[in-house]
Parts: sequence; structure tokens; C-alpha cells
Amino acid sequence: MPESLFTWSSLAPVTPEISLTVAICLILLVDVFAGEKRAGLTSTLTLIALAVCAALTVEYGHVSERVLLLHGMYVADELAFALKLAAFAVVAVALLYSRAYLINRNILRGEYYVLALTALLGIFVLVSANSLLTVYLGVELLALSVYAMVAFDRDSGVAAESAMKYFVLGAIASGALLYGMSLIYGLTGTLDLSEIAVRLNSPTSLGVIMGLVFVVVAVAFKLGAVPFHMWLPDVYEGAPTSVTLFIGTVPKIAYFALAFRLLAQGLSGMTPDWTQMLAALAVLTLLVGNVVALVQTNLKRMLAYSTIANVGFILLGFVAGTADGYAAALFYTLMYVLVALGSFGVILLLSRKGYEADQLDDYKGLWQRDPLLALAMMLLMFSTAGVPPLVGFWAKLRIFQALWETHHLGLVIMAAAMSVVGAFYYLRIIVLMYFYEPVTAPPPAAVGAGGVRLALGLNAAAVIALGVFPGALLNLCARLIH
Amino acid sequence: MHGLLSILIWLPIAVGVLILMLGDRNIVAGRWLALLGSLATLALAVPLWSGFDPTTAALQFAEQLPWIPRFNALYALGVDGISMPLVVLTAFMTVPVVIAGWSVIEKRPAQYFAAFLIMEGLMIGVFSATDALLFYFFWEAMLIPMFLIIGIWGGPRRIYATIKFFLYTFLGSVFMLAALIYMYVKGGDYSIAALQGLPLTLIEQRWIFAAFFLAFAVKVPMWPVHTWLPDAHVEAPTGGSVILAAIMLKMGGYGFLRFSLPITPDASRELDVLVITLSLIAVVYIGFVALVQQDMKKLIAYSSIAHMGFVTLGAFVIYEIVRRTGSVQGAGMGLDGAMVQMISHGLISGALFLCVGVLYDRMHSRQIADYGGVINTMPVFAAFMVLFALANTGLPGTSGFVGEFLVIVASFRASFWYSFLAAVTLVLGAAYTLWLVKRVVFGPVTSPRVAALKDLNGREFLVLGALAVAVLVVGVWPAPLLKVMQPTIQHLVTQAIASKL
Repeated sequence: MPESLFTWSSLAPVTPEISLTVAICLILLVDVFAGEKRAGLTSTLTLIALAVCAALTVEYGHVSERVLLLHGMYVADELAFALKLAAFAVVAVALLYSRAYLINRNILRGEYYVLALTALLGIFVLVSANSLLTVYLGVELLALSVYAMVAFDRDSGVAAESAMKYFVLGAIASGALLYGMSLIYGLTGTLDLSEIAVRLNSPTSLGVIMGLVFVVVAVAFKLGAVPFHMWLPDVYEGAPTSVTLFIGTVPKIAYFALAFRLLAQGLSGMTPDWTQMLAALAVLTLLVGNVVALVQTNLKRMLAYSTIANVGFILLGFVAGTADGYAAALFYTLMYVLVALGSFGVILLLSRKGYEADQLDDYKGLWQRDPLLALAMMLLMFSTAGVPPLVGFWAKLRIFQALWETHHLGLVIMAAAMSVVGAFYYLRIIVLMYFYEPVTAPPPAAVGAGGVRLALGLNAAAVIALGVFPGALLNLCARLIH
Repeated sequence: MHGLLSILIWLPIAVGVLILMLGDRNIVAGRWLALLGSLATLALAVPLWSGFDPTTAALQFAEQLPWIPRFNALYALGVDGISMPLVVLTAFMTVPVVIAGWSVIEKRPAQYFAAFLIMEGLMIGVFSATDALLFYFFWEAMLIPMFLIIGIWGGPRRIYATIKFFLYTFLGSVFMLAALIYMYVKGGDYSIAALQGLPLTLIEQRWIFAAFFLAFAVKVPMWPVHTWLPDAHVEAPTGGSVILAAIMLKMGGYGFLRFSLPITPDASRELDVLVITLSLIAVVYIGFVALVQQDMKKLIAYSSIAHMGFVTLGAFVIYEIVRRTGSVQGAGMGLDGAMVQMISHGLISGALFLCVGVLYDRMHSRQIADYGGVINTMPVFAAFMVLFALANTGLPGTSGFVGEFLVIVASFRASFWYSFLAAVTLVLGAAYTLWLVKRVVFGPVTSPRVAALKDLNGREFLVLGALAVAVLVVGVWPAPLLKVMQPTIQHLVTQAIASKL
């Protein structure tokens, strides 16, 4: 494709990145001049900017077929388009849920929003990456923004510790990724993922396998697969809840894209090799995530292990190694993001100044204190447990189907057994909320959170609506992958 | 009438959601709405029975809408001679539950009535779905309201009981789901008819049979996976026990008839001894267990397990009959018996739990030892209780006799010992039920609390009276029920006998 010239029309698919970068610069400037007195301004401005960028993306950024841009570094396809729109929406909702929390903790500062937006930019770069360099660029942009966000509450020792842990372990993972990439580059002579896919079709050398191992380790670390999951519970528990909500949701979309672009597209010639590695990781992840979640007493930590368990299911979709499997993994990821958004949102809405609402006991008798949040949480928990008529059921069903299509009897049995184990700790939350009387005096109700509560209600309603009518989303996921 | 089944499913669910939205503040309206909703569903079930053509095994009142094109899954409903009576039973049993909870439920009443109405819709959905995915959708969704019913309105150990209930059923169901998806991947279709026609090797059939068996045996429940039932029954509120015993246990039996026998006929033939053995253990051993219970609800719960043993016995004895006699003529009788036993047990166990509920509302005790001489203060109630107890022992003239008699006669064709062991229940069932009646109802008044008991009020009389009539009608004149089922049972026998290999 000749692309010696940049013309406006050839850059149209990059609209999301361009508009977001402009928005980041503007918000940064406005924040500097508006100062701390009008901190709320940045938050409103960010939501408006997200809406405008999303609108511009819909208007100009849509491509009907796969297009390579910027010397093959950047790929625009329907998958990238859809994932970016989803990320816009998830970030907007996550920031909406967080606002009251940030005000209560005196950390409502412009930088928080700017970091969230740069993380989003990293996600976009990653989602559209078609070269090892672009992949790395996206991963680092996302990761560095998120490290800073975890440490944002600078007076909190726990948060600083989590950020440090996250940063050090994350740096090792980045190193592994880079090392793996360098091996692959050295043996194939190209950074271009489409080119790598072509060159690695012949029988592969040991060096490439070695590179692959490092890449898989990095992907497993980012997703939080066992045994590279150590950072995840600590970071989820230690970070401010609004940041936990953020890192628990949007980056999952990016890391799905990371696995898909790198393994399924770039290293497609080595599918038999990495599916085996992922299968082992998935089994461990399901086992450890579900079993350890059983004994947690802190809800954020429990949800962290539940994340690990869910990552196990997403990996199973990749283990299938077929387009149908990737579509299942995509559906599972989107479902998981929707549910995580809601469940961390409930924690955020319940917390007050000096009251984190992150102990399981804080949820006793929630039904009486706040029927709406209790109902929403119940639906979200039943959804992750995989009970119809909620969307989580279809996600599990898709994974089972992908595994059967590739004749993985053992993995099916394993996944089925683990979903029963998982059901137990999700039920525990419902038990606490609905079957107990409240023990503590209810903290004063939040003021003026009507819009946020509405959003959370819609979030939970979406879980039912997509559960009863999953057809459209299932079709969409399949179309995006094929 | 087109769309009748859809209305039967969604009307109660819609009414339930409406009650939920009205909330506890408008509970007077909510109660009436619940009663009207359940009565309307029952009224709509009448044309389902009267419009049913009893000469064919084909699906009737069929509806079909595209649901999930990607999986080729349809919103497909329809009833045949097996599911139609169960749909009517569901619609029938919800009314007494609503009436029985009328003024008794003081805690979160709106949610109580809403849960039962939503349950009703989902249960009718299970019986009328003709697409396996839709079936599973309703089958699992049903767990949510039941989990809440036991957990919110249950007794002191309700949390343990409800989690046990949920996890047992969930474990079984997940493997059934895996089996269904396997068959979908193989055949590309989720419709139950297509699954029944899908050719499967013996190995595949064994695995699928095992997965189905896990799901349905837990639900029936069969020995040794029955342990959740006594806990759930004891802790559940009266209405929950009634629905659990009357309808939810029937889903296990229904599953065996709808899925196991026709989809995996060869595995069923091969493994029939396993099922028969477990059924006979349930009948005999659980009968003895029931004998020693101190708690009325627990006793009836164990009696339920023993009686449901007849259902599984009747369903799987057909292979031995064919092996022995070489004819399919007698085989239908076992399935007839299994079906009648399901309907009859639904009525009788529901009625017995309601009787216990009547006593519990007055004395707040389920211990047999706390009672004695109830007949002196509650003569009308005692009459009903004795009637249902006799029905439970299988007295001729009540519905309990018909089902047990058919199954025992059918199993006699298979093997003398099967029928001998099954017939032990006539002794054991009489022993534990009549002994219960003797200790609770008869004799002199044992305590001042019993002396202060008031007899049935109009509401309770109405409920028990309606059930008594139903028990007697099915017992004296089972012909209409048998006639409705006949062609479907014949068709099922053909499917279950025909080899897929």
C-alpha cells in the first residue's frame, strides 16, 4: 500500500487517538489555569471530552475492512473500532462512579483525570497495534499511567506500597515482553506482526519458542494469570477503590487485545505451542483464583481473586485456538468488564469519608439500608456465577462451546467444577446482603448521587437485558473476530 | 389458542415484578394481585387441558420465535402428554401457596409473593420449553427465587440449607449444560427433538448419561445425593416446602423422561440396574430413615425421597421388562406409573407440608413430641391430615394408590425382587405415616398449648379442601390423566427402546 503521503482521509481511522491526544492537552492546560479551586471542572470537562471524542470516532473513525496505516505500524479494523468505543464508554462510567469518592478523599485533582485519559490512549495504541514496537508502546503508556494512579493517594502508605509492588513487578514483565520480542525480531527479521505471522509459518526454531515463552509470561502477568498473579490482589486491595475500579475494567479490554494481536494474529503459526502453555496457566489460574477467593474477608481482595478466576476462563477461550474461541474470550471479557464496573461501583457508592465499605461484614443487611444497591449487587454476583437469565451465563456457555469444538474434555470438566466452587463465594455476598440483619449503624446517605445511582441501576439492568437477549452481542463478537 | 404457553409463563412473572415494585407498603394490593395472578394462571391452564388433543404424541400449543440465531436456539414452547399435566399441576399448586402465605408472612411480604409468582412462571417455562437451551435457561433461573425463599423466610439454619441446596443443584446442572453443548457442537441444533434424534456412540452416550444423571438425580433427589432435601425442607417456609416437594422434585423425573431415556437409550439400557438399585435403596432405606424422624417436616421430606424412588424405578424398569418378556406392552405401564406418581406426589406432599404449616403457624414447632391429641381441638384439620396421610401410604381411592400400584405391577413383570422391594414401601410408608398421625393427631391432649389450638379458618379450609378433592379425583378416576398421557408414553417407550447405535 503506497502511503508516502499523509492525507487527512488516510488518517481518518486514527481519529480516536488524535482527538484523545488533543483533549488530553486541552484538559491539562485548563487544569493548570483553573487551579485547585475549581477541581470539579476537570472532571466534567473530561466526561464531555470523552463524549466528543467518541462521537468523532463514530463519525470518522469507522472502517469497514482491515486497513494498515503509518508504515504498517497501526492497524484499523472493526475489532479495534468496537473495542475503542467500548473503552470510551467504560472509562466514562468508571470516572462517573469515582467522583464522589475522590472528593471525599481530597484527591479530586486534574491529574487523576489526565492519567486516566493517557491510560486510555495507551489502550487505544495497544488495540490498534500491528508491530511489536506499537504493542510495547501501548503497554507502557497504559502501565505507567496506571502505576501513577495507584499511588495517587499519596498520604496512604498502603497505596504507595501497592504502587511500588505493581511498578517493580510490572517492570519485570515489561522486560520479559521486550526480551521475548527481541528474540522474535532477531529470528524473523521484522517487527511487523502480519509479516511475523507469514514468516513463522514454517517449523520454528528453539529460539522462537524461547521468545514465545517470554511473550506468554508477559501476557499472563498483565492479565493476572497464575503464577504471575501475585501483584493483583495486593494492588486491588491497596489502591484507592476508584483506581481499583479503573484497573479492574478498561485495561482488561486492552489486555484481551494484547493477547489477540500478539498471539492469535502475530504468532498464529505457533498456535499449538502457546495454546499448550495457556492451557496449563488457565488450569492453575482457575484453581488458585477460585479456591483462594473462598477464604477472603475483604471484598476488594475477594473480587481480585474473582478477577483471577475469570481470567482463567478468558484464557480458556484462547486455549481453543480457533476464531470461535477468540470470539468467546472477547464476549467473556466484555461481560466481565460490565460486571466488574458494576460491582466495584457498588463499593464506591457505599463508601463514605472514613468508611471504605470493603469488608464483607459491611454488606450485612444491605438490603435494608440500600435496596437498589443490594439488588444491583445480587444481579452482578449471580451473573459472574454464571446463572441465567444473566449475561455471565452466556459467557461461560461460549467458553464451554469453544472447548468442546476443540475436544478439550478435561478442561470442560475442570471449568465446570470450578464454576461451582466460584458460585459459593458469590453466593456469600448475597447471603450477607439479603439474609442478615444490618450490624452497624448505616452511614449517612450520599448527597446528590442520583445520577450515579441511575447509571449503576442501568449497569445492572444491562446485565439482565443482555442475559435475556444475548443474540446481538454474541453476533457482534463473532463478526469482530472473523 | 395461540401463545397460551407464553402467557402462562410471562403472566405470573410480570405480576411478580409488579408486586415487587409496589413494595411492602402496598402489600394489601400486592396480596390480592398475587392471588389474582395465580388464579388467572390457573384459569388459563384450563384451556390447556381442555384443548389438548389426547390422541397424539405430537407437541401441542407449539410456539416458535427466533431467540439466538448464532446458536440456532429458538424460543420454542410446546407441551405433550408428559409436560402438560405438570404445567397444570404447577399452576394449580401456586394458588394454595399464595393463600397459605396470606397473613402469615410478615417479613418482606411483597418479595415473598413476588418470588413465588416468578418461580411459577419459570417452572412452567421448564416444562414447556422444547429447546434445550431455553429449558436450561429456565431450569437454572429457577434457582434464584428458591435460593432467596429459603434464605430469607427460612428457619434458623436457613443459610446453610439454602447454600447447600443451590450448590448441589448447580453442580448437577453445570455438567448437564456441558453435555448439552457437546451435543450442540456435534449436531448444530439445540432443539430437544433434534437431540433425541442425534446419533451417538455408546461411549458418548455413557458420558452424556452420566452428566444428565448428575443433574436429575440431585433434583429428584435419589440416594445418595438426597442430603440437601431434608435440610432445605426443614428450613424452608411452608410455601417453599410445598413448591419444592410438589414441583421442583418433579423436574428431576421430567428430565429423566425427556432427556435421559430418549437421548441416551443405549446407555440407559446398559445402566438401568444402577438407577433401579438406587431407586430401591431410596424406597427401602429412606423409608426406615423416615421412621425415626422427630421433626414432622423432615419425616415428610424423607417420605418424598422414598416416593420419588418410585418415579425413577418406573422410568427405568422398562428395559428389564423388555428383556424379560420381549414385549413393549408392559413397559408403558412403568412410565404411566412414574407419571401418575409424580402428579400424585405433587398433590399429597404439597398438602402434607401445608398441614404441617397450619400446625406450625399455631404452635411454632415442628417437633412431633410437642403435639398429641390435635383431633380434640382441631377435628376438621385432623380429618384432612388423616386423609392426606392415608393417601401418602397409598390407600386405594386416593391418588397415591394409582401410581404406586402401576409401578409395582410393572416391576413385577421385570423381576419378582424389584416388585417385592418396592412393595416394602406399602408397609414402611404406612408405618411412618400412620405413626406420625397417631402421635400428632390422635390420643388425649398432651399439653396446654395443644388444648388452646383453634381449628382451621376459612382460608386454610379452602386450600386443604381443594387439594383433598384433587387427591380423591385422581385416585378414584385416573382414566382422564392416563388417557392424556397415553400416546406420549407409547412414543417415549419406542424412543427409549430403539437403539441409537
